[in-house]
Amino acid sequence: MSAAAVTPAASADAMLPVPYRVVDRTVETHDSATLRLSPVGRRLPHPNAGQFCMLYARGIGEIAISISDASDGTLVHTIRDVGAVSRALSGARPDALLGVRGPFGTDWGLDTAVGHDVVIVAGGVGLAPLRPVLLGVMRRRAEYGRVTLIAGARSAGEFLFRAQLADWVARPDLDVELTVDSPAADWDGPVGFVTEPLGRLDVDPAATIAFICGPEPMMRFSANVLLDKGVAADRIRVSLERNMQCGIGVCGHCQLGPLLVCRDGPVVDYATAEPLLAVREL
Amino acid sequence: MTGAEVSSQPIGNAVLDRAGLDQLVELLISEGYRVVGPTVRDDAIVLAELDSGAQLPTGWGVDVAPGHYRLRRRSDKAVFGHSAGPQSWKQFLHPPRQRLFSDDGSGYVPVEDDSPRYAFLGVRGCDLAAIATLSTVLGGTDSRFARRWNGLFVVAVGCTEPGGLCFCASMGTGPAPGPGYDLSLTERIDEAGHRFLVDVGTEEGAAVLARLVHETATTAVIDDARGAVAAAADRMGRQMPPGDLRALLRDSRDSPHWDVVAQRCLTCGNCTMVCPTCFCTTVEDVTDLTGEHAERAQRWASCFETDFSYLHGGSVRVSGASRYRQWMTHKLSTWHDQFGGSGCVGCGRCIAWCPVGIDITAEAAALAQHGGTP
Amino acid sequence: MIPVESIAAFTLVQTMTRAQRAKVADTAQEVSFAARKRLFEEGGHASGCWLIRSGLIALESVVPGRGAIVLQTLGPGDVLGWSWLVPPNRWQFGAVTMTPVTAVELDTGRLRTLMDADPELCCRLTRGMFDAVLDRLQNTRLRLLDVYGSPRDRVSSADASTSSSASER
Repeated sequence: MSAAAVTPAASADAMLPVPYRVVDRTVETHDSATLRLSPVGRRLPHPNAGQFCMLYARGIGEIAISISDASDGTLVHTIRDVGAVSRALSGARPDALLGVRGPFGTDWGLDTAVGHDVVIVAGGVGLAPLRPVLLGVMRRRAEYGRVTLIAGARSAGEFLFRAQLADWVARPDLDVELTVDSPAADWDGPVGFVTEPLGRLDVDPAATIAFICGPEPMMRFSANVLLDKGVAADRIRVSLERNMQCGIGVCGHCQLGPLLVCRDGPVVDYATAEPLLAVREL
Repeated sequence: MTGAEVSSQPIGNAVLDRAGLDQLVELLISEGYRVVGPTVRDDAIVLAELDSGAQLPTGWGVDVAPGHYRLRRRSDKAVFGHSAGPQSWKQFLHPPRQRLFSDDGSGYVPVEDDSPRYAFLGVRGCDLAAIATLSTVLGGTDSRFARRWNGLFVVAVGCTEPGGLCFCASMGTGPAPGPGYDLSLTERIDEAGHRFLVDVGTEEGAAVLARLVHETATTAVIDDARGAVAAAADRMGRQMPPGDLRALLRDSRDSPHWDVVAQRCLTCGNCTMVCPTCFCTTVEDVTDLTGEHAERAQRWASCFETDFSYLHGGSVRVSGASRYRQWMTHKLSTWHDQFGGSGCVGCGRCIAWCPVGIDITAEAAALAQHGGTP
Repeated sequence: MIPVESIAAFTLVQTMTRAQRAKVADTAQEVSFAARKRLFEEGGHASGCWLIRSGLIALESVVPGRGAIVLQTLGPGDVLGWSWLVPPNRWQFGAVTMTPVTAVELDTGRLRTLMDADPELCCRLTRGMFDAVLDRLQNTRLRLLDVYGSPRDRVSSADASTSSSASER
């Protein structure tokens, strides 16, 4: 061929998973669990907050799951059972072997939020990809301004990381507000959609960077609340989700207009995301 | 031919006769290449492995129109006197199904690619551009594609008779083949006989040519061939509307025209199958009945599939209008954002093989009429 | 009555002129409540309107077998009490403070007299109330969307008769 020979990525075969073992499983809710994974042999590169891995349940399939924590070479993923593959993954017991590829995608860009007020808005399992943001901020708390976490869930029993949430609620250097959609007898906290406590929040628009994750309508409406408060769209970051099969930009499934969500996302600023999310069936 | 010789000097342009073409095929086979070229089969021009140059579609042409493709007999013995058939070269570089890895319980073992080294004979400008486009998309991450692509020997063909659906000139990919070939042939049949002007693209191409019986090309021969190809640019069967297609599609997301196309589009996906640049795949993970043996494979997929965009219990793109919009917008517009160029090479296959004859150039013109207001 | 500046930040009076705002401020007083203080009962005569400064208030309804269900939490900036404006002027739900609360309480009897006498003030106040109601409605609709629901919960009646794997992938 006349053109310069194309060289594939140095890491052999990008579609080949690396074996990881489940070393810990924590039940979060009736349909979700958090797995801590440890490499059997080769260790994948350390993921940044916001990135995802492709998790393979042997013979069943492979899905994209965001990192919800990572340390000392282990990977932590919180998985909700919504289909065959996620059922197998969320049900995987300690010692089970899974296949992992990654980490892939763009990250939350935590470093660029240093010196700013941080507003984190989580809806449902959207709290999982956002947990590393909060943990990252708290490791260097003095470098950030006001830090607010607003987390919404369907009902009290559907919050993730309840023990950790309780710790965070108790911290004087964090402003944590929880709210549920569905009233129930076991909840004596606020009732309302996550945009309600967000709407009541006093923000300094020029000093704020916002991180939003959850179902798409929740992200759109939450972003709108912040836009109405004067926060610029490029200071609002969302985590997008589309059908992902390869994670490396070659299968075509994850397209959202000009974006390949696995490569140009999942974290995207709202100035980029808004016009795309506004188009029906894009 | 008289005065023909095998040369050991650096070669500029050369002329092969019909026998020389057969010799080229023989030589490539003897070098260990799997030679693939056009053949007649099943009432179509089909890309298949060649044992000899005799299998080329001598004297065959095609009639193409939207939703229409027929072979017809030519009055001469041209072997490249036809335009894009139902397949493209992507089926060899990016096979319809590939096994990726298997696991018998002792770890994930990649399935090595055992594709032969291919020599493509008869690659038009549009298809050459398509191969380059695929390498932009896949070359950096798909090691199997990269291996096949790196091992290619390409004999391109300059078109002198564009087909009724060709619009390579609009897309800047032809009728003269761009860079990326080892050798390029322009077929001429006149009083001097049945000959091929040869352009050399690479050292590998020069080395092969040097071992063939050929003549040096005269200025007259070169000018005649160049002129014939240049003239073809003015006889394209189709053309895209003038202007920036990338911006037009980007600004047409809310155009009412998508619903108009949707009334005809069957979302059958033919266009994506015949398109030389469509690359989408779906990953399949399976086990055998005992669960001891697991495998992953990838197969061609189409954005027209109803569950291509499946997410959280349903698909994002449900309506036919949204899926047609996805295909066309990706091909002409968002491809630029993702890969730095257009995805369309103007081969016209999607028009011929659409069962209802949807014409991408006509749809672009219709969108342009609607103003493309964002 | 309270200084007009002290209610100026509330959305309810945003579009009013200073003079109009002053008339509203005339009907207002600063109040505070301890936690778990009942402000009104479902079915009671609707009189009074509170602009919340701090704290949380729960709107609730009693469902036999389920007890008192909190339907909605209101917080700083929210308007508690709409039914005083609309016949039959009955509270639809009960209101109880969840935390200590400070608020501006409006005398809605005097406010209604003001509104009858001053059509423009009436218009602006109604628009302010509309703003509050719209905000509440939109958020309630978002809750109805059940965005956090699982695809497994959304099996249609057709699927329900076959195995649950109909909606699995």
